[in-house]
Amino acid sequence: MDKQERAFYEKLEGKGVSRRDFMKFCTFLTATMGLSSSFVPKVAEVFAQPAQRPPVIYLHFGECTGCTEAVLRSMYPWIDQLVLEILSIEYHETIMAASGHQAEEQLRAAVQKYKGKFLCVVEGAIATKFNGAYGKVAGHSFLQIAKDVCPQAAGVICIGGCSAYGNLPSAKPNPGGYKGVGEVLGIKTVNIAGCPPNPINFVGTVVNYLLLGKLPALDNLGRPLFAYGQTIHDNCARRGHFENEEFVTEFGSEEAALGYCLYKVGCRGPETYNNCGIVKFNSGTSWPVEAGHPCIGCSQPEFWDKFTPFYEEL
Amino acid sequence: MRAVDNAVGVTIPKNARLVRNLMHGAQYQHDHVVHFYHLHALDWVDVVSATKADPAKTAALQDNVSNAPFGGTNYFKNVQQRLKTFVESGQLGPFANAYWGHPAYKLPPEANLMATAHYIEALRLQAKAARMHAIFGGKNPHPQFLVTGGVSCVGDLTAHRIAEFLYITKETQDFIKNVYIPDLLAVASFYKDWGAIGGTTNFLAYGDFPQSEKEPESLFMPRGFIDKRALSGVKPVDPTKVTEHVARSWYEGSAAKHPYQGETKPYQGDPKYDTESKDGRYSWLKAPRYDGQPCEVGPLARVLVAYGLGHKQIAPVVDMVVNKLGVNADALFSTLGRTAARGIETLVVGEAMQGWVMELVENLKSGDTKTCASYEMPNKAQGVGLNDVPRGALGHWVVVENKKIKNYQYVVPSTWNLGPRDAAGKMSPLEEALIGTPIADPKKPLEVLRTVHSFDPCIACAVHVIDPDSNEVYKIKAL
Repeated sequence: MDKQERAFYEKLEGKGVSRRDFMKFCTFLTATMGLSSSFVPKVAEVFAQPAQRPPVIYLHFGECTGCTEAVLRSMYPWIDQLVLEILSIEYHETIMAASGHQAEEQLRAAVQKYKGKFLCVVEGAIATKFNGAYGKVAGHSFLQIAKDVCPQAAGVICIGGCSAYGNLPSAKPNPGGYKGVGEVLGIKTVNIAGCPPNPINFVGTVVNYLLLGKLPALDNLGRPLFAYGQTIHDNCARRGHFENEEFVTEFGSEEAALGYCLYKVGCRGPETYNNCGIVKFNSGTSWPVEAGHPCIGCSQPEFWDKFTPFYEEL
Repeated sequence: MRAVDNAVGVTIPKNARLVRNLMHGAQYQHDHVVHFYHLHALDWVDVVSATKADPAKTAALQDNVSNAPFGGTNYFKNVQQRLKTFVESGQLGPFANAYWGHPAYKLPPEANLMATAHYIEALRLQAKAARMHAIFGGKNPHPQFLVTGGVSCVGDLTAHRIAEFLYITKETQDFIKNVYIPDLLAVASFYKDWGAIGGTTNFLAYGDFPQSEKEPESLFMPRGFIDKRALSGVKPVDPTKVTEHVARSWYEGSAAKHPYQGETKPYQGDPKYDTESKDGRYSWLKAPRYDGQPCEVGPLARVLVAYGLGHKQIAPVVDMVVNKLGVNADALFSTLGRTAARGIETLVVGEAMQGWVMELVENLKSGDTKTCASYEMPNKAQGVGLNDVPRGALGHWVVVENKKIKNYQYVVPSTWNLGPRDAAGKMSPLEEALIGTPIADPKKPLEVLRTVHSFDPCIACAVHVIDPDSNEVYKIKAL
């Protein structure tokens, strides 16, 4: 925090407003302002063949495509409905049929055609060192592509921890200088955190935009409150065991078979905001703690650096 | 995980071995279906042509080639209407600006419609198939259930969870048997010339799916090395012969190293893609070699190794495919063979999985509930884990010192298949495979995509195939 900034907060504090309160207020403002809704179809049309499907440009930077894979697992709406009837996915490296020059042409054309009216979804972190040299697509750095495309969008949704906060590519020693999109561009992004996030939270955010014409309310880390409002620990089915101090201390033990609390084998649930235990993954099939595995805190910023070694108590 | 198991010297319990195999098998069933329909099919199937098909003739075609549980004239009429509405909207989305109408597309409109309908069916099927991973692994992608010494999902080894898994693997297998394999054969029958394009020379399979503690003897998909296409002389694999070259890569040093001694020190700066530069480095990938040779890894390598060894389940399926297509076994060394091998092993592994589910039930029933074995982390150790994942041979090597990781290196399938040249200038399997590819239109190199995609590459992080500014060079290569 520089001097000027500190002075500003001191002034606020003098008026009884904490820095935290101020940040909250800013977040609230951004979230409720709404975004360009000119391309959002009428509510009644959203799921019944809109005349014009809202355009989406989906960018891949430093990532593993796990978030794309997660979105492919969406059910109700199914991915084919999202792609064929609800949205118009103008550019998406994994699922688009075009490649090479044709694919890049398509990106340029879509940005131009839908300037200010498309939703930009970003998967992956941006290399910033050496002028972005560690990550390029078609000879252009992620950094340049992000600068060219993101500001033209109606809103930017970061899917996964990498685009949201840097995540794996930015973990130490981070030779490429990877960072999250919001930090690099100095913009507010909606962050669907997780590694990968539950597609239900991504689709929920998009649906919010389509039906209500705005993005959902966010927490101070840019995460939609409907999904990331409470900790894993708050809603854990094993919480009773925590309260009773019944812990698993070794995998394969009797305590593990009894489904005791995983806190002592490294569960990051108390510090992690997400709805995994409530909505579960893959259409409500399960979630890591149900599979006997401690939460690794994948929806928190810098979890690779802050939460490792994973199997040691917090 | 296997590398750490190996380093600490733990033998995982039978339940853990079976659960790991089932999770791994589910990955084969899921990934290969997605690869065939969503990452590769559009190289062979012209979606736009499907709008011109006769739905009744398409229904007849499907009845003739497959046992798909859906279909009929109305079904294809509906799919076609959906496509037409989509195309007429003018918003082609992911199908925009592709190579539709390219002369290398050979399927009649009816076959294109059938395959497009199955593309959509497969999109839904894969979401269901992924639930297998969630049952024992909490979620997919990135399941969390593996721990050193076994698995953590002790609470999921219940009758209802196992039954749920069994019925999803069965449903997925029905699709593989009745839709995927028939589609593969139907589409391949129009592209038999691709049985002579895109082949490589050496093949390496680590093998996978251990049926007991004994590895590699008990691996269901066997381990082996094929030297210069010698199918009759599959050799055993010696993991100490694996090295990684960095002479042409953007990493420090130039000596080829075994992964235990391996280093990953990336070039600090803007490396600029430039094949003409003095030191000749041009890729973020390293170049793995076995006994100094580049090797293709993946479904084709696994199937060829199994076929060469006379594998009881693989061999008859290979013979069936070769016979149905009316080609000889040499055609396996090709892009067509690679894509066929992926289907062949999916069918065989998927069949075996149902047996593994029953084995798990029998074992639990016998009273063995162990899921994870205890271990002590040694002060000093090293370990290797050899896996054969859907994309191919995957090795992890770990060196432990003071109970901590001192070095960790992994050598992944896509660097085997698509890495740069090595110190001796030897080409990667992909580079070799692309030589001689016929190209109808150098501006629309659909044929190149077919071979590239047939390897199921995972190298978004390091693609340098075509120099955009030198079409001349490219044309010469294409001859």
